[in-house]
Amino acid sequence: MPIPFWRSTLLSLALLILFLGAWELGLRGSAATGGNVVDAEYAALVGAAAAQGGQTPMPMPSEISARLWQLLRDPFYVRGTNDQGIGVQIAYSLGRVAIGFGLAALVAIPLGFAIGMSPLLAAVLNPFIQVLRPVSPLAWMPLALYTIKDSSISSVFVIFICSVWPMLLNTAFGVASVRREWLNVARTLEAGSLKTAWRVILPAAAPTILTGMRISIGIAWLVIVAAEMLVGGTGIGYWVWNQWNNLSLADIVIAILMIGVVGLLLDRLLGWVASAVAWQE
Amino acid sequence: MKRTTPFACGCAMPHEPGFSCDAPTDGTGALGAAADEAVLRAVFPEAPTRRAMLATFGSATLMAAIASVFPLGHAREAFAQAPAAPEKRDLKIGFIAITCATPIIMAKPMGFYERQGLNVDVIRTAGWAVIRDRAIAGEYDAAHMLAPMPLAMSLGVGVANPIPWAVAAIENINGQAITLAMKHRDKRNPRDWRGFRFAVPFDFSMHNYLLRDYLAEAGLDPDRDVQIRSVPPPEMVANLRADNIDGFLGPDPFNQRAVFDGVGFIHVLTREMWDGHPCCAFAVPRAMVQNQPNTFAALMRAIVEATAHANKAENRREVARVVSAENYLNQPETVVQQVLTGTFADGLGQVQRVPSRVGFDPFPWHSMAIWMLTQMRRWGQLTRDVDYKGVAEQVFLALDAGRAMREAGLEVPASPMRAYTVNGRAFNPANPAAYLAAQRFRRN
Repeated sequence: MPIPFWRSTLLSLALLILFLGAWELGLRGSAATGGNVVDAEYAALVGAAAAQGGQTPMPMPSEISARLWQLLRDPFYVRGTNDQGIGVQIAYSLGRVAIGFGLAALVAIPLGFAIGMSPLLAAVLNPFIQVLRPVSPLAWMPLALYTIKDSSISSVFVIFICSVWPMLLNTAFGVASVRREWLNVARTLEAGSLKTAWRVILPAAAPTILTGMRISIGIAWLVIVAAEMLVGGTGIGYWVWNQWNNLSLADIVIAILMIGVVGLLLDRLLGWVASAVAWQE
Repeated sequence: MKRTTPFACGCAMPHEPGFSCDAPTDGTGALGAAADEAVLRAVFPEAPTRRAMLATFGSATLMAAIASVFPLGHAREAFAQAPAAPEKRDLKIGFIAITCATPIIMAKPMGFYERQGLNVDVIRTAGWAVIRDRAIAGEYDAAHMLAPMPLAMSLGVGVANPIPWAVAAIENINGQAITLAMKHRDKRNPRDWRGFRFAVPFDFSMHNYLLRDYLAEAGLDPDRDVQIRSVPPPEMVANLRADNIDGFLGPDPFNQRAVFDGVGFIHVLTREMWDGHPCCAFAVPRAMVQNQPNTFAALMRAIVEATAHANKAENRREVARVVSAENYLNQPETVVQQVLTGTFADGLGQVQRVPSRVGFDPFPWHSMAIWMLTQMRRWGQLTRDVDYKGVAEQVFLALDAGRAMREAGLEVPASPMRAYTVNGRAFNPANPAAYLAAQRFRRN
């Protein structure tokens, strides 16, 4: 029996409120301990916690939400090279992911088709794919920076290299496992090889290809944050690094939240496309 | 991004759009008059003759006569446009978000670059290795670097091939500190630091060399008795809080930030190790000096003037306000202000007043470079002996910096060499080998 939607939502919300409440109350409790009091001149020069002999604590959910509101009220401002709104930064990251992922799809899907249709090619390329696939995409970064000599293109390249493998392997697998009978039927009907590929193999392999793309976009979104932290400039990853530079934990929590939400939306988008090409016997 | 390009005319001075400049480019202004005079002097070299001719015919008639045989109009135009029109106006300069970069940063919002006819974008960068790689890749026209980095790059140490970069000007002197975790408040003698884990910003940094020398003079071997790691400055504070390190010799504002957040205290300011030591540099590719001399000269003027402005105590509060903004250092203003004014909380409950905590002095002393080279050699970064003085002269552009300082009305030292006392030991730049030989703990 399916569980009603409102019931699971209600439980999710209750869990969230419980978690945030415990966080808030726990910090309020620990912050209340008054330490040694120092003179007023000294207290004015240090943070509130340090003036009482403590350390600046973790931000509370109420402080984080106030900051979130402040950021979301004006997400698209540009005040110079190093100070741009969070919406602008996310747009930069999405742009890089779109280019890297798009290029990867252009390479991986045709190549995957070829590998899937030719057992010889699959055997020839397999060792290369197996060695390169498990390499962390960030390990490519120094090499990319050295050869491409442009940090922005380098991060796009890293996205490309990390999203190419799942698409390539899934396309090859999907194409290779198209049912023999269907190909035989196509041959009986005297369909050309191009027509067979387009009308029989592609629709049959589409769900597997889409699964590969879905995995790829998830990885690409994970990797862009790390890549931007490394090279800086623009993007949500750079923003995280920048707020870390300022030791602002509230902003880090917000960034985690934003990255999660955008990642979810990207996954849902491809999930929606996948359901459009799905078929059942 | 909105770009303002108010430099439609060739006079190299910034104007608002719609306003005409003081020096018309057709040569009818003051510069045109100077061109006339130069030609007049060339035609009549002897002063008495020239004066007699001027008195007899009047200047207008005389110039008209000369113009009939000499293309005076072209000369006027050429002369009016010649002085210091930079070959390249749109420049990108990378910086690291620390107070050492103050002159490089503030020159942008306070208009020092603009006054020299330059349109500069200052770009905050993620770390020293990234600065170096982007500088090598040509993404930056000039960069904020640690003073030893151009030396290392030019010698091919720590990079694949030697890359000739130069220190055009020193940014700051002093302004660093050793910060220790609160739990070590009773261990103020470095002899008690055996087993400590320290952080420095980069291997090729004054921070690394000063900390190593400080420890060595206290009888600790910096490679065996303690651990020294290369850690980006913001992470120094986080690591100190997480108890991953016991202390760091790092750039400000992170020493003060550790105090502000209650995780550490300032053990000693680096000015007490070597008063007037250099830290960061304004670095340019050496090719720029030859290929774009006017751009280079304009940049030098902007940096030297900004450095002089930052050095004045009365400007420090305003400078702190400008550079602490989100676009630049992105730090609480009070933290940056404490660093720059030298009135600061030390983390142990005292307010200290040290106006010379940080200073700004552009002159790239060759003797500074020689000291850095001895330390690179001492700790095995440099595996061969080099001509210390020769390298220093090539990489530290004392001549060019001196010229820009003279133009700005600053006092220029007569010689780029002077002796120092570093952690109590005398250093004579004329004899680096003897200094090196006398030092305890060496890896060469």
